[in-house]
Amino acid sequence: MTKQTHTVLTPTGTLGYGFGAEAFARGMAMSPDVIAVDAGSTDPGPHYLGSGEPLVSRISAKRELTQMIKAGRAAGIPVIVGSAGGAGCKAHVDWTVEIVREIARESNLHFKLATIYSDVSRERLAEALSRNEVKDFEAGFQLTPEMVEQAGAIVAQMGHEPIVEALKAGAEVIIAGRACDDCAIAAHPIYSGADPALAIHMGKILECGAFSAEPFAMDVMLGILQPGHFELEPGSPNRRASVTSVAAHSLYERENPFLQAGPGHQLDLSACTFEQSGERRVRVTGAQFLEDEDYWVKLEGVRQTGYRTICVAGIRCPTLIARLDELLEQVRVETLEYFDDPSLHIGYTVYGRDGVMGALEPQAAISSQEIGLVIEAIAVDQTLARGACHHVSGGLLHLHYDGLYNTSGNLAFLYSPSEIDAGPAFEFSIYHLMKVTSPTELFPLHLEDL
Amino acid sequence: MSGQPQKLRELAKIVRSKNAGPFRLTFDILFADRKAFEVVRDARAITREAVARAYKIREDQISSIYEIPTGNAFKVTLHRPVVQGAMGETDVYGCQQHVPLLDLPVARG
Repeated sequence: MTKQTHTVLTPTGTLGYGFGAEAFARGMAMSPDVIAVDAGSTDPGPHYLGSGEPLVSRISAKRELTQMIKAGRAAGIPVIVGSAGGAGCKAHVDWTVEIVREIARESNLHFKLATIYSDVSRERLAEALSRNEVKDFEAGFQLTPEMVEQAGAIVAQMGHEPIVEALKAGAEVIIAGRACDDCAIAAHPIYSGADPALAIHMGKILECGAFSAEPFAMDVMLGILQPGHFELEPGSPNRRASVTSVAAHSLYERENPFLQAGPGHQLDLSACTFEQSGERRVRVTGAQFLEDEDYWVKLEGVRQTGYRTICVAGIRCPTLIARLDELLEQVRVETLEYFDDPSLHIGYTVYGRDGVMGALEPQAAISSQEIGLVIEAIAVDQTLARGACHHVSGGLLHLHYDGLYNTSGNLAFLYSPSEIDAGPAFEFSIYHLMKVTSPTELFPLHLEDL
Repeated sequence: MSGQPQKLRELAKIVRSKNAGPFRLTFDILFADRKAFEVVRDARAITREAVARAYKIREDQISSIYEIPTGNAFKVTLHRPVVQGAMGETDVYGCQQHVPLLDLPVARG
């Protein structure tokens, strides 16, 4: 007999961001069929994919993985982690897997571990490009062979299929690289025979944990999927799912509220309904699964733009604030001429004016009596970046201008040293779709018995 | 004709901004009930023209605007002026860009 109820426990919105022990215990008491959690996205920016540094601390990741794996083993249910490590690249997956192996050793647990990588080689992408099997997603530019050549790490977002394959192979803990958040959470219900449309829509709302509850928090959320609908309920009795909180989350971090594209499919959400089915529960119906003719995956890639050094300073003198832009530009131009290196870029962020909103700030005038200035230099190497950043801060510090009263210096430096090396700087350079031969082609599965 | 138009902040329950991928900023505007949603909808307060004016941007920088009656919500999405995390970008999570919407005028019907 096909299973009728599929319960997914998602402990938190991002692995390593924490969840309540009591809420987790209460959720486990509801007999979930799987524990599934998302561990990353592009939301923290290009640094993590570029550097391979994990998004969260090893302490946090290990603590939460230990809780999840112990609970999963005790209940005999699988544990699934999607977008491991933050960006889901090889370094992130390997980092997470190493923690899992350590947990197994230390807690004397034995299980079948699946590792699914999601890295795309530049060669594979260049081939696809030459076959016209790459298209722009939202980047606003077409990919060129030169851009592929310049790219550092590239990952593709897997759908549910590679994770389903791991479950079919008997995996009890699955560490997946970059995965479409919704699909990683939906994989186990789909593997167990649930409607993929409802499973993926449920995954979309569950992927941020109790962010779809009120009051919202990084905490435990459960999805209970049955034929024709699913219900959401937070793990903590101090939260509830409401129609507003769930419908609001259905819109979160995406553009089109009615059509949600994923690997190989689109979800039509235009006929969805949300109703309160209990004090703390919301029932959702109506998602439709539209299978794409060809299977395209979304690629995420970054390129290193150089090395960054920053300086943080304050300005209080009204004579300088009045002429700020002109004087900042004067020192910028002088510094570029001094170093005369085409790789050098100098930028300013002016807090107290448009430091938060940048180009979108509609109010141009400075209304504060003090401003915070961040000077940024990016160059081909760290030495040049630091030298240029110091030249800018020193230039501004001792700049003479008409109307100056204080001849002792123009900047209040926050730290000594005044310049801070921020290391390699990255930017997103690939956000495109690539056609693949199968849903699992790019996502090799490795199994091991721990 | 009586007084100033209301502002969106007086009617909406949630006005928030966030990334929708590295190249888009998306705004969710949610109302506590259908009535408030309908007041704003019927006043045609959230249009390309109104959003462009609030941010002092061109209308073609607005990617889309959706009305979502089932959620008592509107959704506005912009092309990011600077790609998330690139040099000169100021809000990695895109979560502090909502303020000009709070003061959108909502003319009384």
